[in-house]
Amino acid sequence: MTNRRDFIRISAYGAGALAMSGGFFQAVKAFSSPEKAVALSVDLTRTATYCEVCFWKCAGWVYKNEEGKIWKIVGNDEDQHCNGRFCPRGTGGIGNYYDEDRLKTPLIRVEDRGKQVFREASWDEAFNYIASRMNTIKEKYGAESIALFTHGSGSSYYTTLMKAFGSGNIAEPSYAQCRGPRDDAFLWTFGEEVYSPEITDIRDTRCLVLIGSHIGENMHNGQIQEMSDAIDKGATIITVDPRYSTAAGKSKYWLPIKPSTDIALLLSWIHELIYNEYYDIKYVEKYCLGFEKLKEHVKDYTPEWAYGITTLAPDLIRKTAREMADAAPAVIVHPGRHVTWYGDDTQRTRAIAILNALLGSWGRRGGFYRPAKATVPGYPAPEFTEPARLWGDLFPGLYGVATGVVSNALIDASIPENNPAYPVKGWIVNGTNLINSIPNQPNTLKAIQNLDLLVAIDTMPVEITGWADVVLPECTYLERYDALRASPHRKPALALRMPATEPLYNSKPGYWIARELAGKLGLDSYFPFTKQEELLDWQLKQIGSSLDEMKKTGVKTFEREADDLYFAPEENVVFPTDSGKIELYSAAFEGLGFDPLPRYVPHEEPPEGFYRLIYGRAPMHTFGRTANNPNLTDLMDENTVWINPKVAKIWGLVNDQYIWLQNQDGVISEFPIRVRITERIRWDAVYMVHGFGHAQKQMQRCYGRGASDTQLMTKVLVDPLMGGTGMRGNFVTFVIENTEKEASS
Amino acid sequence: MRYAMAVDTRKCVGCSDCVVACQTENNVPIGYCRDWVVEVMDGTYPQLEIEIRSERCNHCENAPCVRCCPTGASHFAAGGIVLVKPVECIGCGACIASCPYDARYPHPKGYVDKCTFCFHRIKNGLKPACAAVCPTKCIYFGDLDDPNSEVSAVLKMRKSKTLIPEAGTMPQLYFLI
Amino acid sequence: MREEIIVSGRMNPMVDPHLQIWHWQIPLYLFLGGLAAGILFFAALYYINGKEKDYRAAVRLAPFLTPLLLVLGLLALFIDLRHKAFFWQLYTNIKLQSPMSWGAWTLLVITPVSFVWCALHMKELFPKWDWKYDWLKTLEAFFNRYKNILAWVMLIYSVILGIYTGILLSAFNARPLWNTSILGPLFLASGLSAGAATIMIISRSKEERRLFAIIDLIIIGIELFLIVHMFMGFLASTQVQIEAARLFLGGPYTMSFWIFVVTIGMILPALLEILELRKYHVPAVVTAVLVLFGSLMLRFIIVYAGQASRWLY
Ligand SMILES: Nc1nc2c(c(=O)[nH]1)N[C@H]1C(S)=C(S)[C@@H](COP(=O)(O)OP(=O)(O)OC[C@H]3O[C@@H](n4cnc5c(=O)[nH]c(N)nc54)[C@H](O)[C@@H]3O)O[C@H]1N2
Ligand SMILES: Nc1nc2c(c(=O)[nH]1)N[C@H]1C(S)=C(S)[C@@H](COP(=O)(O)OP(=O)(O)OC[C@H]3O[C@@H](n4cnc5c(=O)[nH]c(N)nc54)[C@H](O)[C@@H]3O)O[C@H]1N2
Ligand code: SF4
Ligand code: SF4
Ligand code: SF4
Ligand code: SF4
Ligand code: SF4
Ligand SMILES: [Mo]
Repeated sequence: MTNRRDFIRISAYGAGALAMSGGFFQAVKAFSSPEKAVALSVDLTRTATYCEVCFWKCAGWVYKNEEGKIWKIVGNDEDQHCNGRFCPRGTGGIGNYYDEDRLKTPLIRVEDRGKQVFREASWDEAFNYIASRMNTIKEKYGAESIALFTHGSGSSYYTTLMKAFGSGNIAEPSYAQCRGPRDDAFLWTFGEEVYSPEITDIRDTRCLVLIGSHIGENMHNGQIQEMSDAIDKGATIITVDPRYSTAAGKSKYWLPIKPSTDIALLLSWIHELIYNEYYDIKYVEKYCLGFEKLKEHVKDYTPEWAYGITTLAPDLIRKTAREMADAAPAVIVHPGRHVTWYGDDTQRTRAIAILNALLGSWGRRGGFYRPAKATVPGYPAPEFTEPARLWGDLFPGLYGVATGVVSNALIDASIPENNPAYPVKGWIVNGTNLINSIPNQPNTLKAIQNLDLLVAIDTMPVEITGWADVVLPECTYLERYDALRASPHRKPALALRMPATEPLYNSKPGYWIARELAGKLGLDSYFPFTKQEELLDWQLKQIGSSLDEMKKTGVKTFEREADDLYFAPEENVVFPTDSGKIELYSAAFEGLGFDPLPRYVPHEEPPEGFYRLIYGRAPMHTFGRTANNPNLTDLMDENTVWINPKVAKIWGLVNDQYIWLQNQDGVISEFPIRVRITERIRWDAVYMVHGFGHAQKQMQRCYGRGASDTQLMTKVLVDPLMGGTGMRGNFVTFVIENTEKEASS
Repeated sequence: MRYAMAVDTRKCVGCSDCVVACQTENNVPIGYCRDWVVEVMDGTYPQLEIEIRSERCNHCENAPCVRCCPTGASHFAAGGIVLVKPVECIGCGACIASCPYDARYPHPKGYVDKCTFCFHRIKNGLKPACAAVCPTKCIYFGDLDDPNSEVSAVLKMRKSKTLIPEAGTMPQLYFLI
Repeated sequence: MREEIIVSGRMNPMVDPHLQIWHWQIPLYLFLGGLAAGILFFAALYYINGKEKDYRAAVRLAPFLTPLLLVLGLLALFIDLRHKAFFWQLYTNIKLQSPMSWGAWTLLVITPVSFVWCALHMKELFPKWDWKYDWLKTLEAFFNRYKNILAWVMLIYSVILGIYTGILLSAFNARPLWNTSILGPLFLASGLSAGAATIMIISRSKEERRLFAIIDLIIIGIELFLIVHMFMGFLASTQVQIEAARLFLGGPYTMSFWIFVVTIGMILPALLEILELRKYHVPAVVTAVLVLFGSLMLRFIIVYAGQASRWLY
């Protein structure tokens, strides 16, 4: 066989015939006239934006071609989040706008919930419908019985609306499905979370330790850029991952850990640091509390002990501990971001926090810097009345450590059998596809069937909109204003998002939607400005800028008030914890009935013939939200299941074969998934990229392409500390011939 | 002047941003590409290594595609950049068949298209779109005849290779290893 | 285990997953060109040798096919072009290093020559032919006067055309299967063989048929020698060329090549010709059609297989 193209599996991620289908080209033609590029004129009007394809929120510029159509998006050079460079998803963001499968007009359900029979409605009709149902629920059960699930830029408007309405039940999947455990672990240790963008000083680090953080596939822009800088500067990278991730490929040390055993490794590292006196003695003495208890606690956690659990050679554990110590304090044991893995995630990230404390990296160059944030005043509006009941009252005694609202608790409270203290009867869902973002789909669907109202605000016809009573089409981020971005960073900064073009179809900006709905509910006073740009201009003028200025610069960066990016030598830092110190030993946890120091507790192992299902990101996609994006499906239009060659041999699997996955509870993936036989995965696990296997037919490019990991997550390892939904306790086996699915298809 | 590009395989993460950026910048129709990313992995778990390369036209110094073009549509432009003039191209496909790297494709409008090193941008002092967007900054571009250019500097400092040098095309796309 | 994948996807139509830029048009064009070259070669050769009377079919009749063959060939080429409106660009440039350009210009010369040659022999087909206009008659007289020079031009250009059909491919260093200098002679030989076969069909003279059977037999012998040589060359060469040869030695093109091209297109007609020469009666049409078929298949298979062969990296 002479053909490279035959053995380089083009279609590995390649778009197949689908990408070529007719209607699709129509949409694409709009921005595919090649001569145009050549005749590029230098000054094309550009408009400021910040990206909404993921939550890193890079600021950039939208360029249009001579016909006034959106042509490309590039990063804003002045922006600390992106330094003028977008990631593939941000660059491909134009596809979100051009996607011809977008939601086009409000819809109201006309048949049973889930049957997906809707009629088109006017905005007014849709708002009336929602307002009347909301009022009914409020009368019958109280305002708190309406919950908001939200993710992304629109969140602030709906949050205002909900609070004005009287409910504080506002949850984001970025807490209990994502970074909640890590933020809580750091909060309870250092008194401060690690924020987004993370305050990791990667660009100046000498040693970066990644515990499952797959930077490079996880394309959070600033981190990947800084990791690259660190590689250039010769920093040591240590990657702990059962899979040979891209980051592992860039690492001096790759620790191919047995999944679910990270706490054992972390404890043995702590043991090594302490018993070899590698740790930052001065830092620990000055800033930390509970060192002696920690020392006693890890006494027996030797690398040999960890070896038996993690399968990592003791020598490798020793060497890497030494590397960290040598680099300290310019070392980062990365806290991770999506950390809801095994239900002991707060404790695992606590171990990471402790490790960083021992290395003295918190507050140090090359470790963790002190963030600074620009603040913009809010326009005076009436005070919210404190809701009588909060989410924590739903199931008293649960999740004592949680500092955010646990989405899954709100979902559980929508199921009467769970006996919540009060019922949740209405959901407003904005910018989150709960069906695929929350594990245990049957549970979510059961909750939905018990609702009196489900409103979905989205840009795409996704799974959750299929279950909604009312679907509201938001326009994409390229067609609207949004609140100023004021994320913390090295320097305080603001970024503007403004529309590059009028909204397509009958879609509307989030601010407008929230405000109109507020009007129907008699809550206008919370939205004093008719247009968002008036509000933005007012806000900017309060801080000596203006909307016009921001339109020109896109980003406004301020100097820090003090030169305190890192702790000064000998600085008397008072940490915002109870004790004012870094709490290695958490008395607070102890008080709440949890382990004050992390402990390794073995997890269930896959039964014979099953493999642990682990998952992650592909650099060119963000979850499911880009799965139908024409530019990005062109790069990757389905996920594959990574299988070790040894396992493939046992099962007689060959590359590119389509199979189904079946989990420990007998759930079979709705769609088949393509086999990728690769040495890059352990033999006790299989890997796939999250965000595929969409069951929503209206998304024509991604419907049925690949498999959904969420569907196979019927077992959820809930973190008892804060309610995080551990998703890596599921095991799958292979179904090679699926008579049932084939017969029905 | 001799334009060249160097891609650092040690920093490239295979994110394919260079591919999307090229697509939008140059209006490459969806379903086609001027650049692409290859991952080569070798070994047995857990003894593995990987090389990631962002590939495109090599702007060969001894370019068979230019040689075999019957109309002169494929030609060398300033700095050795290999370009195709759409209005001279008859779409015969000879250049496509002649490229050992499969770097060219027939544009749906009929002519043959490929990487231009973003000639329209570099003329104006900008970097090629792929180099400008790459989040790992692993694409270096510049004039090899200028010892101070970023590409000369990095090629001097680091070991590099080209793809199938034995094909005799004298590629000007270097991979830092 | 080694794993090599294109992570960004690549689906450039006609290039991925493997090259398919040339379809039936190019092999047909090469076949028609080669056939026309073969016919015109023999016509010129025997005219120059002064055998015009002996070999009427070769010198006077068979060439009547060539304008048609050449125009059809050009048409096939034209159909293959994807940017047709710019076809004329072929004739505003002379690119000495481009075989395509060579071919275009060669055809530009040889096609009118073939027309003129036919014009000179109009009376052969239509004994009552009359050129009506005087200027046409003068023109005919003019060409008749210089027929010898015309024949030489035709001879030279037919050889160029015949070799060109092979060179077009062998110039592609990127396709290891094509990248052999044997392709030029092989395609020339194949064109001559096809030309000889065509003359055999047309000829009513036993002697002429016999002559061309002998010629064809010799050419087939040369072709077989070249093919063996080509494979030996490949196998003694670099890995990529070994891989290329494997397409025919166990690979996907093995059956079609050895059965259609070599057995049916060369060995079988050669046997029939030997029988014919040994005075067994074999209808010339059968032999000739087999040769033509073989010649056509050779082009098709080499063009398609060549596109499947490439450098490994
Ligand atoms: N391209 C892209 N980038 C993204 C996103 C996206 O959708 N697309 N999403 C963004 C968001 S919201 C988040 S939260 C982050 C998430 O990004 P990360 O925080 O980096 O993601 P994780 O899911 O924690 O990590 C997945 C990795 O964990 C490994 N892993 C699996 N099990 C184990 C184990 O038991 N131990 C260890 N040590 N490793 C294990 C997997 O092999 C995989 O490499 O990514 C962000 N960046
Ligand atoms: N199985 C599994 N589950 C996971 C994860 C996993 O790796 N595997 N990852 C978890 C993590 S880390 C996170 S952060 C969450 C993320 O969870 P989600 O935020 O729910 O993730 P998406 O799938 O991107 O869904 C976002 C929805 O927002 C819509 N959308 C996009 N842009 C806009 C807009 O401008 N306006 C509006 N109104 N809608 C918009 C999209 O169409 C899509 O339906 O998922 C978590 N759940
Ligand atoms: S990291 Fe990428 S997707 Fe996320 S905001 Fe930045 S450019 Fe957009
Ligand atoms: S953008 Fe840069 S890092 Fe990403 S694949 Fe291209 S060259 Fe590699
Ligand atoms: S890579 Fe191919 S297209 Fe580019 S110059 Fe070389 S031969 Fe020509
Ligand atoms: S396709 Fe166009 S550029 Fe290529 S060889 Fe033919 S005329 Fe030249
Ligand atoms: S240099 Fe320009 S044309 Fe070439 S691959 Fe990069 S972006 Fe595309
Ligand atoms: Mo997340």
